[in-house]
Amino acid sequence: MRYSVFSLSANALSGHRRWKRVWRDAEPAEAYDVVIVGGGGHGLATAHYLARNHGITNVAVIEKGWIGGGNAGRNTTIIRSNYGLPGNEPFYEWSMKLWEGLEQDLNYNVMVSQRGIVNLYHSDAQRDAYARRGNAMRLHGVDAELLSSDDVRKLAPFLDFESARFPIMGGLYQGRAGTARHDAVVWGYARAASQRGVDIIQNCEVTGFVQDSAGAIVGVETTRGAIRAGKVGLAVAGNSSRVAALAGLRLPIESHVLQAFVSEGLKPVIPGVITFGAGHFYISQSDKGGLVFGGDIDGYNSYAQRGNLPVVEDVCEGGMAVMPMIGRARILRSWGGIMDMSMDGSPIIDASPLPGLYLNAGWCYGGFKATPASGWCFAHLLATDRSHETATAFRLDRFESGHLIDEKGAGAQPNLH
Amino acid sequence: MRLPCPYCGDRDAQEFSYRGDAGPRRPEGEDGLFDYVYLRDNPAGPIRELWYHANGCRNWIVVTRDTRTHEVHGSSLARESGA
Repeated sequence: MRYSVFSLSANALSGHRRWKRVWRDAEPAEAYDVVIVGGGGHGLATAHYLARNHGITNVAVIEKGWIGGGNAGRNTTIIRSNYGLPGNEPFYEWSMKLWEGLEQDLNYNVMVSQRGIVNLYHSDAQRDAYARRGNAMRLHGVDAELLSSDDVRKLAPFLDFESARFPIMGGLYQGRAGTARHDAVVWGYARAASQRGVDIIQNCEVTGFVQDSAGAIVGVETTRGAIRAGKVGLAVAGNSSRVAALAGLRLPIESHVLQAFVSEGLKPVIPGVITFGAGHFYISQSDKGGLVFGGDIDGYNSYAQRGNLPVVEDVCEGGMAVMPMIGRARILRSWGGIMDMSMDGSPIIDASPLPGLYLNAGWCYGGFKATPASGWCFAHLLATDRSHETATAFRLDRFESGHLIDEKGAGAQPNLH
Repeated sequence: MRLPCPYCGDRDAQEFSYRGDAGPRRPEGEDGLFDYVYLRDNPAGPIRELWYHANGCRNWIVVTRDTRTHEVHGSSLARESGA
């Protein structure tokens, strides 16, 4: 069924009792052309674009828990394309363009809200760095604007502009950035993929891989039996190393915990996304009114999906420093997600050394915004065995060949990215 | 999280810097250098990892910790455990 003003009205008049399930909770078949491991945003988007762009519909997405129950439900919903490096920027801009047409493509309201992002700068050197990044964005045809302190005052008068240590001198602004509704993204892709014949199989954890005599991957062993596959794609975020290890692979990835927080619901107070330049703190306001904010990863390897208090304190100090009014809001919830932190801070969309096995990993804490393009480019790779033109830099062998994409210039230490 | 420094006793983890898995060994030549710098086991479970007691005794220590629960199982001085 397509959503339209008529279907909404008809269901409203009948008391919303006639809505049907929007996707099939499928049982595993014996074999598929493609099996995608991981029913989060990236995995489901991959299935959707495999079917939509390449006509490959004999596809299963297998998920160890329920769809959208991993990092798709543990992010801060920010979408943006304000990267500096040529390996990254075209890809994230492609993602931004897909976000802009996603609701029409999926016929599903994913609540894309382009309210802008401003990255604040607090020193001359930081202004120079942001001007450079903004220019790099514009060279790739992406909107970027360097704001003065007065411009930022008009946008967000509640910030602490006159702080003696970190005065706000201005900001780098991308007006097309914003937020999207994380659950709706998952459900929208699941519905669209399911309608095209993709099987979405929940409570189905991969326990091993099926290899042929030549060593190629030809299927997966799962808690619900073996499933044969022409190709297997991994999109398992923080568990990338664990699942790859089942195939005997070691990845240039460490898993770290990133915490995020949401306040009680407030009337609209924040115009878009704001990031503090003198500490690691970023904040936006959800459509429900909660202030959604976060900061640094905890900094040590973790699969625990919860962090420790020093980072809570650090994030809240950052918030108080840049936006003192946040001190009046109460934190309602916090959560931790497991980030697959790569060695250069950038993702991997590439074939693995094992024939038949493909990787979509290393998203660090930037995976949500990448969801549409990640799915698009991973589907392209699975269907054609070639990288999509915007994702040619996300190679697995770049660490060995020296073609790193290190936005921060932090080197091979994942907890610094 | 508190870490048991063999020299200082139980201390707040904030006093330490993290350097990751203590397993990889720097090879003598170029062979294996890529593995050493970039590849990690990244286990879900017990891991031996390097911490530097920067705001304490400045010893490098090896802590055994479970990455699923953050439970700490013990520690030793890095120079004594051959890390």
